[in-house]
Amino acid sequence: MTIAGFFFYLFAFVTVASALMVISARNPVHAVLFLILAFFNAAGLFLLLGAEFIALILVIVYVGAVAVLFLFVVMMLDVDFAELRAGFAKYLPIGGLIGGILLAQLLLVVTAWTVAPQEALKIAEPIPAASLVSNTEAIGRVMYTKYIYFFQLAGMVLLVAMIGAIVLTLRHREGVKRQDVATQVARDPSAAIEVRQVESGKGIG
Amino acid sequence: MPLPAFQDLAPIYPEIFLALASMALLMIGVFSRDEDNPSVSWIAIAILVATGALIAGQDAGARELFDGAFLADDFGRFMKLLILAGAALAIILSFDYLKTAKILKFEFPVLVLLSTLGMLLLASANNLISLYLALELQSLALYVLASFRRDAVLSSEAGLKYFVLGALSSGMLLYGCSLIYGYTGTVGFEGIAAVLENTDRSVGLVFGLVFVLAGVAFKLSAVPFHMWTPDVYQGAPTPVTAFFASAPKVAAFAMLIRIVQEAFPAIAEDWRQIIIAISVASMVLGAFAAIGQTNIKRLMAYSSIGHVGYAMVGLAAGTPSGVQGVMIYLAIYIVMTLGAFACILAMRRGDSDVEEIAELNGLSRNQPMLAFMLTVLLFSMAGIPPLAGFFAKFYVFLAAIEAELFWLAVIGVVTSVVSAFYYLAIIARMYFQEPAADFEPMTAKVRFVLGLTGIITLFLFIPIQFLVTAAETAAGSLF
Repeated sequence: MTIAGFFFYLFAFVTVASALMVISARNPVHAVLFLILAFFNAAGLFLLLGAEFIALILVIVYVGAVAVLFLFVVMMLDVDFAELRAGFAKYLPIGGLIGGILLAQLLLVVTAWTVAPQEALKIAEPIPAASLVSNTEAIGRVMYTKYIYFFQLAGMVLLVAMIGAIVLTLRHREGVKRQDVATQVARDPSAAIEVRQVESGKGIG
Repeated sequence: MPLPAFQDLAPIYPEIFLALASMALLMIGVFSRDEDNPSVSWIAIAILVATGALIAGQDAGARELFDGAFLADDFGRFMKLLILAGAALAIILSFDYLKTAKILKFEFPVLVLLSTLGMLLLASANNLISLYLALELQSLALYVLASFRRDAVLSSEAGLKYFVLGALSSGMLLYGCSLIYGYTGTVGFEGIAAVLENTDRSVGLVFGLVFVLAGVAFKLSAVPFHMWTPDVYQGAPTPVTAFFASAPKVAAFAMLIRIVQEAFPAIAEDWRQIIIAISVASMVLGAFAAIGQTNIKRLMAYSSIGHVGYAMVGLAAGTPSGVQGVMIYLAIYIVMTLGAFACILAMRRGDSDVEEIAELNGLSRNQPMLAFMLTVLLFSMAGIPPLAGFFAKFYVFLAAIEAELFWLAVIGVVTSVVSAFYYLAIIARMYFQEPAADFEPMTAKVRFVLGLTGIITLFLFIPIQFLVTAAETAAGSLF
């Protein structure tokens, strides 16, 4: 078995296993952490395919932003952290093991990945010149030209998502004090301060 | 590679117009002082009409854009006009409802426009990527619309249920697409068809096709992927339900017909089995499960499941006349459905909606006109001649018989007799029971939609040939 084959099976196995754990973990925080593991391994698979741009985007966008946001939301949900702490020691070995595997994978990926030449031939070439340019450049060349339609369509989907999020969550509460810069700037001492003569021994009625 | 020049984009002008206009409308809504501005809805209707005019004004014949990702042909144009009509009538139905439910927000028509845009693009999608993106554009807007009445528990539940199951079905669809791409090496429908012409079909490809059809069946609410339908139809605001039951069904059928007829004509035997199974299951479930319903919106949900089954009979034939039958069916179906929902919207007492079927008791004495229109629509749904619904069923069953699917046509006829039972039960309630309390008088807009759909249903048999010819030309562009 070639090195690439070995890594393919390693990444594929860990991806599937951690995807299973995402849906079977009882603790939502663990589920999100497994999801991150799955993303990392999927990124590894992309690297094996020679799609380094997508691999890095996956790590940056999904792990760096989406999963962290997930984690953030999950932690705001009502999770019983006492129960979590009680189980911590019990799950430490397996957690440490997975952490170790993740670390090992990262180290191996960073230090020793190569794409086998025969694997590269099997990949359907996205554009004819893919062998001559890096695939970041290749994506850049077709994204706004050949695939402009898909790009715009994806933009419309995001617009709908944004409108939807606003429609379903924005509430205009009455009596909420909001900052109004224009009013603040327009204030002068005469409007802001009132000088009163107070007789000694009496308050301001 | 250079960008396509703007004048080369003529086939997609209507969609570009709709996209830009809905974004402009969004801006109008955001910046107009008035939070609940009904004029936004009127502009939205005008936009839909203008888009329809642009589509109707396109030259006949098929033209591709973006390397075959977008295909404007006669079939697509026919479906698009149906979608636009459904969307426009649904917006007309929504005015008064949104106002009394206190959810009159400018986002409503904007979301309807954007989901309509998704449907139009879906009807033109000619490869797997554009199909998926258009489908998501449509669905995402529909999820939001389902839970538009966000303070009502049922509406939120409907939105969440629709979203979760919809995401699952999208996942299945994508998995199927990835298998199809993996086994054919292309995402374009023509490319897939060409690969299938030259090679034996592989099991993996059929596997992918099954997953794609499962995803599509979910969007169509065909059995066995119908479970979400009654809950979502009941929970969503009624005009939204009317929209769900009309335009998206047409778009989903357009997508289904295009996939099977353009990408998989070579393995018709394989997908026809699946379509026949789904069709029979939908017709049977639609007929029997509706009998026990007491809520009229749930009843309409089961009725729509049944109608999807009937329409699929035509597709199961796999012939041009079968596709023609499906298109005639859809045209008539959206008219009947929107009419029926206009009646449901007319069921109001005070400030609240009434949705129980028992409330229709004795309606013929309180509101004879409403009762008559509802009777016409229900008779038509049951398929009684000379109403429009008869012709719908006639052409799909005829196509099935021509394709020698005799037993499928027999099941269709038997289940329509069974479904006539519950339609007639409602009519019997309206004419032979003691009157329940009176409803609020119908608003002008609801009356307009009810009158329009009622008249079309009653008198379609006179210009039916026109519809048949139009559907024939449109279906011809696929073969």
